[in-house]
Amino acid sequence: MGNLLEVQDLRTYFYTDDGVVKAVDGVNFSVEAGKTIGIVGESGCGKSITAMSILRLIPDPPGKIVSGKIMFNGEDLTKVSDEKIRHIRGNDISMIFQEPMTSLNPVFTVGFQIMEALMLHQNLDESEARKKAIEMLKLVGIPRAEKIVDEYPHQLSGGMRQRVMIAMAVSCQPKLLIADEPTTALDVTIQAQILELMNDLKNKLNTSIMLITHDLGVVAEMSDHVVVMYSGKIVEDAPVDELFKNPRHPYTIGLMNSIPSLIEEGKRLESISGSVPNPLYLPKGCYFHPRCKFATDECRKGQPSLREIAPGHKVSCFRAEEVTK
Amino acid sequence: MLKYIIRRLLHMIPVILIISIVIFGIVKMAPGDPVGTNLDPKATAEQRAAERARLGLDKPLPVQYWNWLTRSVKGDFGDSYIYKKPVSDVVPNFIWNTFLLNVVDFILAFLISIPIGIICAVKQYSKTDNFWTVFSIIGISMPSFFFGLLLIYIFSVKLNAFPINGMVTPGKNATGWAHIKDVMHHIFLPALVLVIGSMASLVRYTRTSMLEVINQDYIRTARSKGLSEKVVIYKHAFRNALIPIMTIIGFWIPGLFSGAVILETTFVWPGIGNVMMDAISARDYNLIMALNMFFALLTLLGNLLADIGYALVDPRIKVE
Repeated sequence: MGNLLEVQDLRTYFYTDDGVVKAVDGVNFSVEAGKTIGIVGESGCGKSITAMSILRLIPDPPGKIVSGKIMFNGEDLTKVSDEKIRHIRGNDISMIFQEPMTSLNPVFTVGFQIMEALMLHQNLDESEARKKAIEMLKLVGIPRAEKIVDEYPHQLSGGMRQRVMIAMAVSCQPKLLIADEPTTALDVTIQAQILELMNDLKNKLNTSIMLITHDLGVVAEMSDHVVVMYSGKIVEDAPVDELFKNPRHPYTIGLMNSIPSLIEEGKRLESISGSVPNPLYLPKGCYFHPRCKFATDECRKGQPSLREIAPGHKVSCFRAEEVTK
Repeated sequence: MLKYIIRRLLHMIPVILIISIVIFGIVKMAPGDPVGTNLDPKATAEQRAAERARLGLDKPLPVQYWNWLTRSVKGDFGDSYIYKKPVSDVVPNFIWNTFLLNVVDFILAFLISIPIGIICAVKQYSKTDNFWTVFSIIGISMPSFFFGLLLIYIFSVKLNAFPINGMVTPGKNATGWAHIKDVMHHIFLPALVLVIGSMASLVRYTRTSMLEVINQDYIRTARSKGLSEKVVIYKHAFRNALIPIMTIIGFWIPGLFSGAVILETTFVWPGIGNVMMDAISARDYNLIMALNMFFALLTLLGNLLADIGYALVDPRIKVE
């Protein structure tokens, strides 16, 4: 299978009054057609900015894609015209956001908001678009779709709104669906439903999914491939089974250890000490070393680069071979 | 909706009654009475007492209020002491002049300010935005009488391009199109002062409410659908920014009739603001009461219109 999307050495910086924030700093990864890639990391590690860079939704100023390529369908999305990227947004690549409560416009009906993309990209007239919108609402499992189509976002619950967002995002059958923490704001039972729905649609429509999350459990369930990010850089990149069986970066291991487990009852939950460094004052050397229990002098001086330590498994750590769970 | 409006209108009756008692009390608390203005200064104490009795001012306050109230509900607001005519004949002559001036201000200010406010928000901190920020600060800080006099000096005295004051050229008695042209010529300067003053605050207001909306998640959603920037800003963002702007429109409605006293004085515009000033200084009770009650009613109606406006632009608000 060929790669649908290839992100090469992407750098997105924010120019603030206090200095330059390198939100995404040299990120490489690719998304295969029909597969799901999980992008994992703490808040502020640059995962959402990576996603927004793909659709060029970074507010400029202060943000800017400084360098790198985003290859999609043989075109570099960082270079195409505004007109062209608008045609790709919502049509070839669409996005679901974290906050279903605020991501829908409160003054338009949900039907209208779904229809808008359909009328724009598929040249449907109003009645066709409406029919399609109802069909999409049914597809995402909304009961009484004929009635809901005329309701406003505030009349729906959070889970329903996220379903509407998904209906909107997949209405034009995009090749790539970017889901930015799609279940974070929802309660657990709804989370499972939404994830199942996304998997379902992926199989039905053969859409690739780029799933951004901080929840390794979600990643394990959904993804084929995982990219772990820390402070704007990729620290580990591996197929999902390999990553969970054989994590190599201390940060990835830390994330895994901080998941509560039923099996190891009685054991205290481990956490990664310290917090994400201020992006304006990144530490010298490996960005993770102040929080890493394996750190040596080498880690404090030089920055490790991403290297392949097993087939398909890349990690950026000097001591990857010695690091174990 | 209709039921809601009727209920709100019925609610206004007690409010209006309370307002009338308060205004009546305040007006009567002011020292002096209209007898002095009506009579010869050399009038005797008996003549004054007789005049007071004729106007009904010798009775206890509650009785006076009751008399005023029972007359007013029947549509009889009494005679104006200074104009020696029924109040209902005096007011319409002036109120439409004020309305004309303010409606020009209202329409132009909104038509110009809203697009400018939107552009300023979209291009925050750009040269355009900075220009209008400075404009707004000057417009808000400059008193209308000063700006009015400045314009009169430049355009009327020096350039002789516009009349110094008034609403029509005295003695011209033009009719039809010639009259309209004459009024337009006269209205230009006072309207300019008003429009610039209104724009100063309205541009800021639109800009602020647009800025608040532009950073919302649903604007990002709209962009992520591939909508053009024009649709995103003027449809998705502006429809939301319109909600707070509705409040301003509601507040503005009584202002359409109540006028700008200082500006009317500066330009000797024959409006209701001047009449109000005269009525207050002459203790013309009937005229003061009638005008104040009219403004109070307009304010209440303005609030009602703003509430209906909210319901029209914001589906989350239901009028029930």
